[in-house]
Formats: sequence, structure tokens, C-alpha cells
Amino acid sequence: MEEGKLSRRDFLRGTGGLLAASIVPMSLIEIACGGRGKGTHEKFTFAFISDPHLTHIKGTNFVRNFDSGLNKAIETVNLMFPRPDFAVFGGDLAQLGKREELDHGMELLSKLKVPIKFVIGEHDYYLDLGNYWQDKISKLNYSFDHKGVHFVVLNSILTYDTWIKRWKTPEERMNEMARLDNPNGSPFMVGDDQITWLKKDLENIKSGTPLVVLSHSPLYKIYKPWNFWTDDAEKIQSVLDRFDNVTVFHGHVHQVLYNQIKNISFYALMSTAWPWPYPESYTQSPHYIPKMTVFMNRQDPFHERDGTGWAFVNMDNAREEMHYKLWENKDRIVKYDESAGHPVDSIYQKPESRILPQTHY
Amino acid sequence: MYDPHTFRDRSKSRILFGICISFFFLIFGTVSLIFGDDWDRSNEDKWNTAFMETVARGEKLFHGPELGGNTVQCAMCHPNATNTHPETYPKFQKQIGKVSTLREMINWCIQNPLQGKPLAYDDPKMIALEAYIMYERRNSILVPGKH
Repeated sequence: MEEGKLSRRDFLRGTGGLLAASIVPMSLIEIACGGRGKGTHEKFTFAFISDPHLTHIKGTNFVRNFDSGLNKAIETVNLMFPRPDFAVFGGDLAQLGKREELDHGMELLSKLKVPIKFVIGEHDYYLDLGNYWQDKISKLNYSFDHKGVHFVVLNSILTYDTWIKRWKTPEERMNEMARLDNPNGSPFMVGDDQITWLKKDLENIKSGTPLVVLSHSPLYKIYKPWNFWTDDAEKIQSVLDRFDNVTVFHGHVHQVLYNQIKNISFYALMSTAWPWPYPESYTQSPHYIPKMTVFMNRQDPFHERDGTGWAFVNMDNAREEMHYKLWENKDRIVKYDESAGHPVDSIYQKPESRILPQTHY
Repeated sequence: MYDPHTFRDRSKSRILFGICISFFFLIFGTVSLIFGDDWDRSNEDKWNTAFMETVARGEKLFHGPELGGNTVQCAMCHPNATNTHPETYPKFQKQIGKVSTLREMINWCIQNPLQGKPLAYDDPKMIALEAYIMYERRNSILVPGKH
């Protein structure tokens, strides 16, 4: 309960000068602020929880720290006011794709008081190639409409058959894929079948309709050695080319990261389990971290939850506003800047306003 | 006052000392040539191989569940040993409460996120972990105390 109260207060503080109006529902505040932009859909919010990596030890034992991260996110969403219309789960519910882990995750997520849309991550997939996930949890790719916005869910963690066939057992395959800095790794892709499906799905959607794509891996290329990489990203981007307003939300990278490629805005989600450093802190291979990114503070391992969090997305007039809720750190709001033509960190974009230590060395 | 006897004595002892030193170097030089340091390229190869084997052992420990009690691995938070910053130690480590070494911090991680038992500082596993971490951060500038 205590955690929930704090989180709600933190959330309201995150809305800037609106603290005084903290008892007024957010929707009323938005109306009072007046309309802007060219969106036609109704305003709404959704929560985004990602990458809890629940890990089975043995019997009924799971890694306590990762369980508590997911539970904290669930409790916070349940205590939000107004309640988000739904939650998106961004993938990597399990650490090694085990049924025990997926079942345990679904049990924890059943406490969530809003509907949930699922995206699969590589940790959920590479033990049985998504069979249990499809049977018990969700389809791997699908679309839906919500208040004038078209949502598409893609399974972006597929890879080459030659890599899949390289391993003797499903467990070996899973273990190889689970290691981030694996020199034997293989890049992710969406695949031609899904791209064909995507084209068909978007056929009857008007170009002015706000489009939100949900994936696990980023649908662009950041750093190949850690598989922050989708090999056929350009193909997917070209399918989305004709839309005025496209936003991709993804998990996988466990850090604050955003980008703009042509008409597409990209936002990464936090992990509830553990943070990852930015690839630029390992300078042995070239990386393509977007220049506009303002890095998070370096994590303090003294705080179990530092460098982790979840996000709250405000779809305001067809442009999204990303509220990063960093549990042991200062909240961040990243929103699309019309004049700059890309997302910007609302407080820390200017070097002189950054928090120390915000540079990696 | 000048004393010719003393001068002669000193002169003799100097010559004797010189002969002794020359003889010593002659013997020592000959013995060294036969039994001395046999350094060549193969030594360096041997030492490098031993080091890289230790790095490989460290890499394996860093990417396996062996160190902990809950299957959690070092590499989960530290891919390629990033965010370990060995070049900043010794430094004040908040969770330990004093100026600490990298080894102390490794043990903190083993005991806390990994829920395992600390290693002795001279445990070959500890040395292997240190070798892997330092190797991944090779060419970093030493900045002891930096946060």
C-alpha cells in the first residue's frame, strides 16, 4: 500500500506544474489545457510493463528480486487514477522460457485490474519456439483498434533457421539466446511472412490514422554484438512509410532510449528486473545509439530497484508522451517536439541541465 | 699529513679489489650464459596463454550460475563486464561503507543479487573473475576513486 501511495504521488509529480490539481482526474486536466495538434482520436492512456525475466530456481522458488519488480509495477498500475485503458506487456516474462516461469508470470499478472495485450520476447520463445505462449497466453502477432488508434503487435525476435538448427537441444538453444553478449548470437528479425501479414493488415487503414506498433526488440539497428538489432528493420519501416504518425514501443533494451527515423518515433521501455548499460560504454564495436538520447544516471547497485521501472504512455492528440517511472531515480518525460521533429527529453536534453553522473566512461 | 706508506697500502688494496671484481664478473658472466635467464618469445607466449586461460575461466564463471544461489549471473547486469569499472577501484563503495577494492565489490554482488557465498580473495575463481573484468576493460584510463 505504501509503495502504491508513493508511486501515485510520483506519477502526479511527473506531470509537472499540475501537482496542485492532483486530485483532478488527468482527463479533465487535459481538457482544461485545451486541444492542440491534429489528432482525431479520443485521448487515452495505457501502461507499459516489460522485461520482468521471472526466474525459476527450483520447486516453488523464484528469484525474489525479479518477482518484486513485476509486483511493484502491477500494484502501481492498479493504483493509478485515472486507470489506464489497458496495459501492454512488452515481453520476456520468463528468463529461460520454462512453463514454471510463464505460469508464475501469468499468476502475478492476473492481479492486474486492466486488460492486457501481450508481446513475446526471445526469453519466452526459444525453448519451445512459442508453443506454450500461443496455447496459454496470446497470439504472436495481431492487431486491434482502440479509440481511433490502430495497434499492431509484431513478433520481432525470430531468427534464421540455420542458427536455430545449430543447437542440439531446446535448452541449449534457449541458453545461447538468453546470453546478451554472446559471440554465437544471431540477430533478430520479423520475417517475410509477418511483413506480408502486416501489409495486408494495414491495407484498409487510412494514412492519417495514428499507428502504434508494439514489438519486443527495437525495430531499428542499435548494436549487433548485444542483439539490439532487427535485421529486416528497414523492410518494416518501409511498410509503415505512408502513415503520418507512427510510434513504435519496444522492450528488450532495459533503458531509456528514443529515436526518430523518418515518420517513425521509437521509444524503449524499462525493465522491472535489471538495467542494462548503454552499448557505448563498451567501445569494442561500432554502435548506433541515437544522438538525441539522454542517458540514464549510472545505476547504484545499493538500491535493488535502481535503473529499473515501467512507463505510462499518454496518447495526447495523436502524439505520445512517455513518462518513464524510474523507481529509485528521477522520473523522465520524453515527448515528441513538433519543432525539432523528434522526441526530446523534456528536462535533461540540454547538457547543462543533466544529472551527474550521466555520462558513461 | 702525507704518509707514503699509507698511500702504497691503499694503492695495493685498490688494485686487489679491482682484480677481484673483474674475476667475479668473469665467473658470473660465464655462469649466467650457461645457467641464466632463458627468456625468449616462447616465455611470453606461455605467460599470455596462462593469462588468457584465466580470462576464459573468468568469462565462464561470469556467464554461469555457479557463483550464486539463485541462478542469477553476473553478465545479466554487466554484458561484456560493462558497468563494472575496475579502473575506478579502490573507491568509496556506499554499500560496503568504506574505500573498497574490486574484489570486495565482486563479493558484494555474489552475496546480494546472486544470493551466493563470498569467495576468498586469493580463490582462483576470484582471480579469474578479476582477469576477465580487467581484460574487458583493457585500455581504459586508470581513475581510482572515480564514481
